[in-house]
Amino acid sequence: LGELDILEERRQSGDLSHALRTFSPQPYKEKPPCSASDLSKRTLESQYLQYVFKEIATESSLSMEEVKEDARLLLEEMSQNLQLGFIRLMGYTLSKVFKRLYTNIYVNMEGLNMLQQAIQESPVILMPTHRSYIDFLIISYVLFTYDIPVPVIAAGLPLAGMKLVGEILRRSGAFFIRRSIGSDKLYWAVLSEYVKTIVRTGFAPLEFFVEGLRSRTLKSVPPKLGMMHMVLEPYFKGEVFDITLVPISISYDRVLEESLLAHELLGIPKPKETTKGLFKATKVLQEDYGCMHVNFGQPLSVRELCQGKINRSQYNLTPRQVKTSYLKHLVTLTVFRIQEEGSYISPWSLMACVLLQCPTSTLTERGMVWSELKDRTLWLKKLALRFGAHLRWPEQVSDQNVLLSMVALHHSIVAHKGDRVCLVREEVPIRKHRLSAEEEVNRTAVAMLMLASYRNQSLHIFLRPAMLATVIQVTKSTQRDELFTFFCFLKEILSNEFIFVPGKSTQDFEEACFLMKDCGAILFSPEEVTVTEAGQEVVSFLCAFIQPFIRSYQVMNTYVILVCYYTTNKNNISEKEFHLAVRSFVVKLILSGELQTYEALSSDIQKNVLSALRTLGSLLELEKIFTHSLLLTS
Amino acid sequence: MKWNGWGYSDSRFLFNKKGQAEFTGKRYRLSGMIIPGLKDWMEGTFGASLQHKAPATPILNSTAVQPATINEAFVEEVKATTIPFSVEAEDRVFRAHGHCLHEIFALREGKIGRVPDMVVWPSCHSDVVKIVELASKHNVCLIPYGGGTSVSSALECPPEETRSIVSLDTSQMNRILWIDEKNLTAHVEAGIVGQDLERLLNESGYCTGHEPDSMEFSSLGGWVATRASGMKKNIYGNIEDLVVHVKMVTPRGVIEKSCQGPRMSTGPDVHHFIMGSEGTLGVVTEVTLKIRPMPEYQKYGSVVFPNFEQGVACLREVAKQVCAKSLSCFFWHALKPQVSSIFTSFLDGLKKFYITKFKGFDPNRLCVATLLFEGDREKVLQHEKQVYDIAAKFGGLAAGEDNGQRGYMLTFVIAYLRDLGMEYYVIGESFETSVPWDRVLDICRNVKARIIRECKDKGVQFPPLSTCRVTQTYDAGACVYFYFAFNYRGLSDPIHMFEQVEHAAREEILANGGSLSHHHGVGKLRKEWMRETVSDVGLGMLKSVKDYVDPNNIFGNRNLL
Repeated sequence: LGELDILEERRQSGDLSHALRTFSPQPYKEKPPCSASDLSKRTLESQYLQYVFKEIATESSLSMEEVKEDARLLLEEMSQNLQLGFIRLMGYTLSKVFKRLYTNIYVNMEGLNMLQQAIQESPVILMPTHRSYIDFLIISYVLFTYDIPVPVIAAGLPLAGMKLVGEILRRSGAFFIRRSIGSDKLYWAVLSEYVKTIVRTGFAPLEFFVEGLRSRTLKSVPPKLGMMHMVLEPYFKGEVFDITLVPISISYDRVLEESLLAHELLGIPKPKETTKGLFKATKVLQEDYGCMHVNFGQPLSVRELCQGKINRSQYNLTPRQVKTSYLKHLVTLTVFRIQEEGSYISPWSLMACVLLQCPTSTLTERGMVWSELKDRTLWLKKLALRFGAHLRWPEQVSDQNVLLSMVALHHSIVAHKGDRVCLVREEVPIRKHRLSAEEEVNRTAVAMLMLASYRNQSLHIFLRPAMLATVIQVTKSTQRDELFTFFCFLKEILSNEFIFVPGKSTQDFEEACFLMKDCGAILFSPEEVTVTEAGQEVVSFLCAFIQPFIRSYQVMNTYVILVCYYTTNKNNISEKEFHLAVRSFVVKLILSGELQTYEALSSDIQKNVLSALRTLGSLLELEKIFTHSLLLTS
Repeated sequence: MKWNGWGYSDSRFLFNKKGQAEFTGKRYRLSGMIIPGLKDWMEGTFGASLQHKAPATPILNSTAVQPATINEAFVEEVKATTIPFSVEAEDRVFRAHGHCLHEIFALREGKIGRVPDMVVWPSCHSDVVKIVELASKHNVCLIPYGGGTSVSSALECPPEETRSIVSLDTSQMNRILWIDEKNLTAHVEAGIVGQDLERLLNESGYCTGHEPDSMEFSSLGGWVATRASGMKKNIYGNIEDLVVHVKMVTPRGVIEKSCQGPRMSTGPDVHHFIMGSEGTLGVVTEVTLKIRPMPEYQKYGSVVFPNFEQGVACLREVAKQVCAKSLSCFFWHALKPQVSSIFTSFLDGLKKFYITKFKGFDPNRLCVATLLFEGDREKVLQHEKQVYDIAAKFGGLAAGEDNGQRGYMLTFVIAYLRDLGMEYYVIGESFETSVPWDRVLDICRNVKARIIRECKDKGVQFPPLSTCRVTQTYDAGACVYFYFAFNYRGLSDPIHMFEQVEHAAREEILANGGSLSHHHGVGKLRKEWMRETVSDVGLGMLKSVKDYVDPNNIFGNRNLL
């Protein structure tokens, strides 16, 4: 595969000499290098900002000078101060940390070579997936190691507030963006001009997480398009010949903050990012996190992506500092797809799929029989490979040992007990005598949500076939048209949960049919789709795979329609109230044994249901969904 | 004149027995001179070699020319008028093309497509009226021909045309009919060639100041029909600023205004249907032009800039100021040292100067602007100083009068250079656009990059020459020329490939806010973009004018629409 374990070399030679290595990368050919302060100066003096300053000064009672001063302060708060010395310091520290945390960090050399080429040709945007805090500096570390210009990185402002660490990050190339900018015109203007200046000048590769937020559930998060807009604009307005996007997939065997994420999903808020918090987290650093996989995807030329899809001359009639909008969705979604294709799945993710299909009560009490877990996982491995997954399955080790090592690595979630594997629940704090029933539910939920997150790592492999399987099972139909209609309906409902390219339903459906046929689960003709004898097993696995999502949606729909609307006649509740109310509703259902799906407790799903309801709109639609969801239950 | 290349038969570049480049003849300042750097430049830039020649077919083989489709009735009536005409193959082929690369390339290969079936030489306005009447009567297709310097495929005969095609050559209509010294106007027949017009006016102490690069060969009627522009337009104006009155013969009759008022508010200006009509509506026969007394004082100059960006910034600044009003200026991008040997050896000294003065200075990014000031002596000197002061602010250094003059001369001989290239498997073309100031640098970068990328994708072995220059400045923008050439050895269909790249470059120009053309016109080469350029309604307006003026498509060259 041409993959290299970058830790291997670090284990053989000194970290200090690595940190002090000669660093002379080939930069972007067009522009002579400029300093971080030049960059800020150019930003402030840009035509666009001058234009916006004037507008703001006219709208408010401020003078031009005051507006400019405000902008200068914003820029000061925002700007990076990339310095080689700090990159070296970071390199040294990360060598130490990574060696402790990970057994291997694999990097695909082919992708790295393509990146090296691309950086000389045009401004490069690095777009990694965001599943862990570790994502933040790993790219810089790899690029430093391979003599490629280190990026400037878009980061959340809270990081800047961390004593010392904030400054170190800043000097390692981070620039900081406020979390909620809202309608602050000046801020938007300064930020976008800063980003665009970086792109225009080819100052350094620009790294940002297109998902905006770290994914709490390890599945792709809907993109934040604001940043994408800023990054693409210089191309659309002809200020650069082309822009290269490099999707990067960072896959983890075990995610550093797994339990933290599960807690957050259950409504226990994220701790504020402080330096003290970081040191507290050092306990986390004592553990083993398996391997990490950094896959640099095929560089995408924005020029090629947009060819024939956009008419650039539409911007010819206004001065280029005037704001315009254009397609960025397509570009973003293409990046997502490549990120997904480039991500690696660990055996553990498949095990999580299997475990989640076992009744929760079995998991928490007696546990799942080891041989069954093993057989099912190996069966699933075959299916995943058939569906085109990138699996990271150690070759020289027996399957038995591979799976055993996974259980060992994930001792925070599962434990071996005799010939069974059961769920590990959080220890009860000693001072507490008895937990309430609700707290018991939460204890189980933490582990279940962690499992669900690892299952989500292989979501993109199974999602489309699973939707098809569900549709086949629910409609009991073999008519292709009917299946397709229902498939589209399902896709529409779940469009906030999963990322689909709008208008590509036919392709999604075809892809699902093709994969299912390819593994022998279905036969299809232009009119009909039939499940084969052997395919029953696949269909029922896939249905069960996606079931937690569908169940969660049903439960919440039921809540919204029956409880919220019909009984209380209250159709106006805040989001926070909604979360609380739904949560206690779900807990009740779980306690009564009516519901097995702990994922319904996840604030992520709750949020998605809410936005699905919002986009689908009227009550009439709700009724329709409700009827359909009853259908789904049957 | 050459039948398959640019300009006079006695003037051309060649490599002499010693392998040195030389320019033959006696007509130009460069004539008879040895150009030492040219060989290295050809070899270095294109990977061309003196060993590999692609010689042209030496003489026209008249059997390769399709027999003429003669409209007998028309010919009979033309004979009766005594207007001279010809059906000789050579006369017909000569008027079947302009100077696009594909046209010249085909001639060099001896390939002849559809050509006019007959050539007529009217000698005055009333001759033209007769011919147009006869053509309408007998349904003959007329294509007006002036100097034949078109670079938009405007003179190509539409291959689908089945009627007899008659080339209407205006070259015999070349008199200045009168000069009005009170109003400073001259009434001139439209077939007159630029250099003759200027020479004749000079004899009376006047000039028009209209000097397109093609002025040795292009005609007044052609300028009007294509909306031409000259290099001294900052001082004298473009053709639309110079024209006071026009007479055009159309199948509907003669169009002209009733007076010579310097400006009129009488609805849309009908002159603007004529200017840029590219021979689709009729033949321009007589034009009244503004003239000026010959300038009291002329001074050349040149400035060298450390890079293109600084140079463009300087031009923009100059364009804002009054001093631009007496200045003509072209701006050359990145003259590689070998080409600069055409200029004197001032470069070496400059390099030393820049290296000590500017950090990160790269001699390969050096740019030259050549300047020409005209007017009364005092103003010229004052404006000259202003311009050099501005240039200094942008790192520009005065590089002498002599170099300025050489730069001017270069614009006339550059077309000859393409013929030399073709002898050695190098094909090239220049094309132009106009663009707002803020996009000048972006369009230059993007179009050049697009050309290089397209060539690479299409498998051109040697990297192409892809460069540009700013040739005109306006208040709101500039005219930019692109030069594109490459070595085509090893390519099976170089012309097709070349056209694809040129097409891509034009798309890039349009996408970057550039116009379809600044002064070359649309012809048939660029007409696919007319609709997006002038909008549906705009195109409809032009079509309805055509439909009214020429319902039977007598002027059937199919340009523009």
